[in-house]
Amino acid sequence: MNEEKTTKTRLVEVRQKVLKQNDLVARALREQFATVGTFVVSLVSSPGSGKTAFLERVLAMARAKFNTAALVGDLATDNDARRLARSLVPVKQIVTGTVCHLEAEMVRAALEGWAPDKLELLFIENVGNMVCPASYDLGEDMRLVLMSVTEGEDKPLKYPTIFNTADVAVITKMDLAKAVEFDAAATHRNIAAVRPGMRVFEVSAKNGVGMDQWMRFLDGRVGGKVQAERRPEGGKIMNAE
Amino acid sequence: MHELSIALNIVDIAAEEGRRRGLRVTGVHVRLGALSGVIKEALESAWDLACDNSPITGARLVITHVPISVDCPVCRCEQPAESIQQLCCGVCGTPAGGVVHGKEMEVTAVEVDE
Repeated sequence: MNEEKTTKTRLVEVRQKVLKQNDLVARALREQFATVGTFVVSLVSSPGSGKTAFLERVLAMARAKFNTAALVGDLATDNDARRLARSLVPVKQIVTGTVCHLEAEMVRAALEGWAPDKLELLFIENVGNMVCPASYDLGEDMRLVLMSVTEGEDKPLKYPTIFNTADVAVITKMDLAKAVEFDAAATHRNIAAVRPGMRVFEVSAKNGVGMDQWMRFLDGRVGGKVQAERRPEGGKIMNAE
Repeated sequence: MHELSIALNIVDIAAEEGRRRGLRVTGVHVRLGALSGVIKEALESAWDLACDNSPITGARLVITHVPISVDCPVCRCEQPAESIQQLCCGVCGTPAGGVVHGKEMEVTAVEVDE
């Protein structure tokens, strides 16, 4: 050691996750959702991939069967929330200001005092961003990563991390597939390379192609969780103080 | 990019550790997985700014990169993944979705002055 130094340095073990706070809030949310029997689906994608159009269609189809609500995150405006509200489902906008992704605390705060009773299906539309949302657990049961046919077949290879943290991939804007000469096989191959076994759906929110198949899949996943909570006496209120 | 916000979280964790032990923190050791969503170089760039005006001003950041390893169903053990774009066993090539290591983002230790 340097003779001029009078202090010694030692290493002290810490072992703490950097995003421990977010993880704790996400875990609490998960427990809350499990208690009430709410199935939670989050959506991530680049800006302009068609998350809102897709979600608008999904909300309209889902509300017939499940008590449904949605949270939508954007840096600014409540345009998306207003658009989604046309589906007649309760929708709340989370305006993040400058934050480029949603965090568990934002979800918790948005639900407080607002979450509808006996909520069975909650959608959380993340800020349009293929990078930052990957690191933040929101307490969801299923994370969808959306990419449209106009974004390039190698999209999954360019953003492996976000595909890896998602559970299901949804290829949107299939109504434009022919016009852009979309190579479905290459896209599926690339998705499988970064996330082997990932379920992929091809849809068009515009003309409805693939939407029934996707809703049947969602129905099956939601049904499992909701069944347990649809007791005669009803589920507990999520935000009981 | 959110590396500054991540760096600030690391500073908080390290400063809290120093405060609890009543010791001056001069370094922070972090493990960063290839699939953590955080880029090593960006985090290093944000570090000095994050430390500025904090209880650990001037502390150095030591990052250990954690490569991706997967649970190979054929080799039946943990193996390095081929690459971040090819999540298959680096040894036998079998697609392997079960990530064992590579998603870490943790403060493992702090350097303190005795």
